Amino acid sequence: MLTAGFADPVLSAQSTFRAVLDAMARPGSVQRIGAALVPPSPFARGAAAIALTLCDHDTPVWLGADLAAHDDIAAWLRFHCGCELVAAPDRAVFAFAGSAADLPDLAAFDLGTADYPDRSTTLILQVKTLAAGAGLVLTGPGIRERSRLLAEPVPHDMVARLAQNRALFPRGIDLLLATDDAVAALPRSVRVTQEA
Amino acid sequence: MATASDQISPHEAALRERRREAMSVLASSDSGEIARHLRALGPLPPHEDLRAGENGMVMVRGRIGGDGAPFNLGEATVSRAAVRLASGETGVGYVLGRDREHARLIALVDALAQTSAHADVIERHVLAPIRARLDAARRTDAERVAATKVEFFTLVRGEG
Repeated sequence: MLTAGFADPVLSAQSTFRAVLDAMARPGSVQRIGAALVPPSPFARGAAAIALTLCDHDTPVWLGADLAAHDDIAAWLRFHCGCELVAAPDRAVFAFAGSAADLPDLAAFDLGTADYPDRSTTLILQVKTLAAGAGLVLTGPGIRERSRLLAEPVPHDMVARLAQNRALFPRGIDLLLATDDAVAALPRSVRVTQEA
Repeated sequence: MATASDQISPHEAALRERRREAMSVLASSDSGEIARHLRALGPLPPHEDLRAGENGMVMVRGRIGGDGAPFNLGEATVSRAAVRLASGETGVGYVLGRDREHARLIALVDALAQTSAHADVIERHVLAPIRARLDAARRTDAERVAATKVEFFTLVRGEG
């Protein structure tokens, strides 16, 4: 059954946009998403808020298998965002993956072109836990020395996948990790290692 | 050409036709009139705003004559809203102008008209009175205009 979108579309979209902007500017920092929302299960509130904020009729959206399996998620996105849902990941401007198991090879998405690297896919991966702590060690632009991010669950070969993505720079995808009420970003500029 | 409407059941097609007709009646009305008729019905079933009323614009397309090429005439302000009843029926409302409450009431009536419990009441106590008033207004206009009708014709001149 179709549920409502943001109760206060303007303020909720603005605060969510700010959270995503801050997360992107400081990779690995965990930003809160406070928007009240009841998206269809198993769409995480944070990921749904990002969809309402960023997706519209100009942005083809790709859904991972376990989100695409729920028709009400597709109906909800079409109703509230008016976005086109695509089956091919390399046509998507935004891609939502429900779980780590659901994540295809990052190179399957649109990696942008050398002339327009900004046209690549932005991938939003739902996770259960997001906190500053032992796990991934991040360095790069926007990070003073290093930052540490605990994100669970992510694919076991996450570090290798992100290294491949980093090697494509300035092309490559940007990754957002979202829980019900928080978001963190691993943009293409970040270098990731696993804490020993 | 196969379209989505080719594949729906006759029952669904009839419902759509009824909703379309109701929408045109409600859009020609105003929020005060719809609200007055709804108030007279007594307590309504619980409902929530699926999409709160919002204003936007639509491009109005025009063409000159039946065979002219279509062109963009200009943009018109529209309001839209969507309401869902607790029982699951979803109603939508689109109307020209900036009256968001008007769009919300159209959506609410649209949702109620889809329930078997309220369809008759809505038809008899909301749609029928509005339709009657609109028809009467249209007839009055037609009569007033008809009274001032002027027929132009050219007299045949005599031989000369």
